[in-house]
Amino acid sequence: MKGLQLRGINKTYGNVKAVEDVSQEIHSGEFFTLLGPSGCGKTTLLRMIAGLELQDSGTIILEGEEITALPAIRRQINTVFQSYALFPHLNIFENVAFGLRSRKVPGPEVDKRVKKTLEMLELGQMTKRFPHQLSGGQNQRVALARALVNEPKVLLLDEPMSALDAKLRAQVQVELRRLQQKLGQTFILVTHDQDEALVVSDRIAVMKDGKIIQFGTPVEVYESPKNKFVAEFLGTANLIEGTYHDGQFHTELGIFELEKPPSWKKGLIAIRPEWIRISDTKPDKNGIRATVTEMIYRGTNLDLWLSPGPIRLRTSTYKNIQIGDQVWLDMAPKEIAVLNE
Amino acid sequence: MNKLLIWYGELITGKKLIKRGLLFLTPGMLWLILFLVLPGLILVVVSFAGRGAYGELVWEFGLGNYKRLIGYGIFGWTPDYLLILWRSVWVAVVTTALSVLLSYPLCFYIARKPPRTRYLWLTIVIIPFWTNMVIRTYAWFLILAPDMPLAKLAAFFKFIAPGMPLYPSAFAVYLGMISMFLPFVALPLFSSIERLDWTLVEAAQDLYASNTRVFMHAILPQTLPGLSVGIILTLVPAMGMFVVPDLLGGAKYMLVGNLIQQQFGTSRDWAFGAAISMGLMVLTMFSLYLYKRRNKDIDLL
Repeated sequence: MKGLQLRGINKTYGNVKAVEDVSQEIHSGEFFTLLGPSGCGKTTLLRMIAGLELQDSGTIILEGEEITALPAIRRQINTVFQSYALFPHLNIFENVAFGLRSRKVPGPEVDKRVKKTLEMLELGQMTKRFPHQLSGGQNQRVALARALVNEPKVLLLDEPMSALDAKLRAQVQVELRRLQQKLGQTFILVTHDQDEALVVSDRIAVMKDGKIIQFGTPVEVYESPKNKFVAEFLGTANLIEGTYHDGQFHTELGIFELEKPPSWKKGLIAIRPEWIRISDTKPDKNGIRATVTEMIYRGTNLDLWLSPGPIRLRTSTYKNIQIGDQVWLDMAPKEIAVLNE
Repeated sequence: MNKLLIWYGELITGKKLIKRGLLFLTPGMLWLILFLVLPGLILVVVSFAGRGAYGELVWEFGLGNYKRLIGYGIFGWTPDYLLILWRSVWVAVVTTALSVLLSYPLCFYIARKPPRTRYLWLTIVIIPFWTNMVIRTYAWFLILAPDMPLAKLAAFFKFIAPGMPLYPSAFAVYLGMISMFLPFVALPLFSSIERLDWTLVEAAQDLYASNTRVFMHAILPQTLPGLSVGIILTLVPAMGMFVVPDLLGGAKYMLVGNLIQQQFGTSRDWAFGAAISMGLMVLTMFSLYLYKRRNKDIDLL
């Protein structure tokens, strides 16, 4: 069996359940992301996969072989640490060569593999420099090289971009995605940044209070969130409460038509701000008359707050809208996510 | 000079700044010149002087004292003094090495304690300093006395004759020296170990490092600042130590500190004592130089 299986993983610190009964399959060659707010147990889970933390119960299986009881030094898994944890007294070459030297790989082969990895990450010119002489982004690539050179079966990344500035982070995310696709290796990323998760992942597992709440492709978790937490944690959402009867959803804002009937009588629907369209005429279905109360200009788009609601709406900046304008909001049934939990 | 400038947030003129600097600097500089530089220079001069019949200084300058130090006496060449010098270096190095070996586990143990008890433990390490050094050394007499368990154990294994104390001996000297210098190594080392970034240890484990490699690459480089302070604080005074070897080592285990003390005391040969002091100083500088050369990236003192 390929990939990594987690079965019934539990971990408790004192009275706090850090990870609670997590079972998850991570396919070979996929970019898997554990996404959640701080303290949700995602890093603990990652550290247990790395062998840096011992689970209270549960099994970890890597490529059909149980590794639950193996220490970190005997797991074919490498980690990129949040602080990078580069050895400050070793130059870049020796940092990257560290794992190979530990395993007594012959010198010429170390040379070849380290050079190849450094070239791949565009660090070929830096070999003789020391970590403190490099920028944050370069050090992050060194940390990546140091892990990848060992050809791990799974690469773990513990919030590797939290120390980079926003612009560099966006660039590195795309590069990381490309690199993973080129190598076809299994990557597991831990992050609290939903944009990052959406950009890089094949699949995302959203975690809260030690449990995986929902997992699926970025499109699945963003467009069909299971519950209020997922809907609000990934991006923003207008959550509208109401009751479902007579084939319609009745709310304070009005009556909505849904694509599929929900599994409940009383519950929530979510509409992302960018899914709502503004129209001058009354739409066929799910039209709401609303007044613009606040506008936030964001360059690429315009965020509007409207009453009743308040409803948040994201539109392009070309729209000529003033505060106090009355508009029709068009919320097509297929643009409404029903929260089933 | 009278231009206004901002010195760390304070608006001041250059002239005033210099004046203030001199005011603060002068007392310290005077002290150092009067009590360190001048006596040092006098010591250099004295070391080339001679000794009169009654132990007074004779102002005839020559290399006699230094010749005597390296072993040329009236009866030809003997290695006695060089042996004492060599033994002093050896005792200092062994004392330092053993103190370092003992300090690492001690510091890790204390660093793992919760903050409240941590400082209690550190106090226990420091408490011996509150007692006078001579009294502390005499305390070893009691511990190493013939009727105490340590001496009995040694006698049982036939290391010493029954009914004998464990002093004077090289063992007693090391025991006394290490107990004297352990806190000098342990305290600076502790301050480094307390701030240890354990992620580096985890990174080394993650990269398949053996225990030796973990220590060499994740722990040693991080603790080196504290360790080197500890080594210097131990090595330098240990070379000139005389109370402990005098009391616990006896005449058979004389170190250079005792030799110097003897020249200025009972032997009344100040000139030769000065020469030995100079020899010790050169030796200390040389050791530090060797140490510095081996650890190029350490800022030494």
